[in-house]
Amino acid sequence: MVLFARIGNALRLTAIDALGARLGLVVGMTLADARACHPGLVAIEQDEAADRHWLKRMGQDCFRYTPRIVLVPPDGIGLDITGSAHLFGGERAMVDLAMDRFKALGMAVRGACGPTMEAARALARYADWPATSEPAAIRALPVNALDLGEETTRGFQRAGLKTVGAVAARPMATIAARFGMEAVAAIERLVGEERMPILTLKQQQPLHFERRFADPVTHQDTIAKVLLELMHEAALALEEIGHGGRRFRMELRRSDGATRTLDIATGAPTRDPALVLRLFDERIGALADPLDPGFGYDSILLAVPGTEPVVAAHSAFDAVPGGGEGAGQDVTELIDRLSVRLGPGAIRRLVPCDSHIPERAQLALPAIECAAPTPWPEPPPGEPALRPLLLFDPPQPVEVIAEVPDGPPHRFRWQCKLHEVRLYEGPERIAGEWWRRKGGEQTGKGGLTRDYYRVEDVRGRRFWIFRHGLYAERPDPRWYLHGLFA
Amino acid sequence: MRIVPALCDRAIPLERRRWASGAVSLDAALAGGLAHGAVHEIYAAEVADAAAAAGFSAALMAGMTGQVRTSLWLRSRRAARQGGSLQASGWAELGGTPGRGLVGIVPDALTLLRAAVDALHCPTLGTVVAESWGRMPELDLTASRRLALAAEKSGTTLMLLRIEADPVPSAAETRWSVASAPSRALAANAPGIPTFDITLLRQRSGPSGMSWRLEWDRDQCIFRETALPGAVVPVSFGGPVADRAGGAMSQVA
Repeated sequence: MVLFARIGNALRLTAIDALGARLGLVVGMTLADARACHPGLVAIEQDEAADRHWLKRMGQDCFRYTPRIVLVPPDGIGLDITGSAHLFGGERAMVDLAMDRFKALGMAVRGACGPTMEAARALARYADWPATSEPAAIRALPVNALDLGEETTRGFQRAGLKTVGAVAARPMATIAARFGMEAVAAIERLVGEERMPILTLKQQQPLHFERRFADPVTHQDTIAKVLLELMHEAALALEEIGHGGRRFRMELRRSDGATRTLDIATGAPTRDPALVLRLFDERIGALADPLDPGFGYDSILLAVPGTEPVVAAHSAFDAVPGGGEGAGQDVTELIDRLSVRLGPGAIRRLVPCDSHIPERAQLALPAIECAAPTPWPEPPPGEPALRPLLLFDPPQPVEVIAEVPDGPPHRFRWQCKLHEVRLYEGPERIAGEWWRRKGGEQTGKGGLTRDYYRVEDVRGRRFWIFRHGLYAERPDPRWYLHGLFA
Repeated sequence: MRIVPALCDRAIPLERRRWASGAVSLDAALAGGLAHGAVHEIYAAEVADAAAAAGFSAALMAGMTGQVRTSLWLRSRRAARQGGSLQASGWAELGGTPGRGLVGIVPDALTLLRAAVDALHCPTLGTVVAESWGRMPELDLTASRRLALAAEKSGTTLMLLRIEADPVPSAAETRWSVASAPSRALAANAPGIPTFDITLLRQRSGPSGMSWRLEWDRDQCIFRETALPGAVVPVSFGGPVADRAGGAMSQVA
């Protein structure tokens, strides 16, 4: 398997797995050449964003070894293990441990340990692990380990300086004169004579707030009080990072080991303890089997697994009730409350969908997911309603008598009742989605053409009726009632 | 000086804000219009008038909610299954703002009433429609009183849309029976704008028993009266026909 990317104007290989390397593929080869040599090659385009994301995930995983992690894109992770190596049985054992962990995930990793981040990186890339003597190993590194670009590296090699040790033995002034100060800095960093500033990965504390009790608690008021305290703690932590919680989880751990987990979600990020408490109340109220404290709870844990940044808003002094943007607050709360009690899909918002097929023209999205109102096009003034208020999906079959086969319905029978058509308008022809048809011409796949009629019967009821299919499309088209007008 | 309208707006609910429907005799019968912050019951005259009753509710909602507030349409699962799904385009064509609207589907009548009470506690919500099909024994006098109190406190209006149901005593402000009515034909015999035959079955403090035939003008969000031909009035409306033929204003004890 190989990864490729567009470099210049050609698709070139950027990474090769062990099997590929055995087949003689090298990085930099064009994909076309590689495919010509090995037609069965599995080639995947390199996804840099995914690589970065995975590197970050790996970096976060390394917090188990040390709190100071440096990501070295595209493929390196540096761990500052000063003071933490002894916890894992020394430097060597720690490197082995970390490498085994990633190898277990099926990754090819190389590790090394050095006096500086650069030295460790160079050793990992260009030396064998474990090395017998670190300074000797650094001095034995090839000059490419200095990472100074192709030209400088070749310059060193031409001058007969094959290893880092050979370069470092030269007077630095001559190196600086010949290859520039960067070369000197690189050597000094490698042998540990100069420091390089590092940018460590920030550790995100999981938002977990726990309260353990000396004696198990059973009383509901106590639990509510503790939850409120935990929520206040959570609110402080959330405020610090400028976020609000979208999802909250409460774990009630009973003294006999059973754990009850309750989850709630909010429509907008929040840090309001009272609101979260109310939502948990709703959640408990909606439970099919009520909470059973048994012998009492040993500990209560509040976690905030989902957060989002909160835009701080100031409240208007003279807010008009029901007007302006501030009014959305308690509507959002209502949506949260009802969604927690009735399920996340109970309260929905109607959103336009780009289709001319009537039953697909709108989407009902959970209101908790889409907070912003969506604009619907305003109907043209002076027109009667052209679309029904209520739509049947699927449409209901009706028996229709039309004066002429191609004409409007004259009377129809729906739900065993006969309706005499008094007024009608139509047809409004809505074609099927021909792009869904196979071969372009076959009918049926994308739906038939529908001829819609707006009709009113003698009692004033207004219906939306359509004939499914033209007479050219099928011999005996059926009629359906699709919707009801006001 | 935006504070002045703000204070006025808050002061008005004390003497109950009313929405003038546009039909003069209707507004006169209702002492100025349909009250905000109250419960109004809307019964479909027959099952086949479900769409008319829903349309009438949507029209009232559009008129009473305005363009900025959010409205909530709660439906029981049976309503959604039997009555058809609510269409935003059709809603917009009755003058509503479906983009700001919320649609809730709830499993049963009790949940419907609970959700309605919760919604009524929310003062920034414009109007709530609670649509149910069939009998609703859960909606007794206590429940409807609770709804009425919640509506009064917050100023949010509730419309209880009842289909396939018979009126039962309740604490609602008004009770209506709605049926669809033949519209005035447009050019080329096309069906016209929504027309309803409505009967005021009960009013808490005022006359009742009158009928109107109303057309809904979506562009101006008002109702217009059309002549109610005496011959068309169904007998089932009850009460002397002469009352309605002449101005539809006489008091019915």
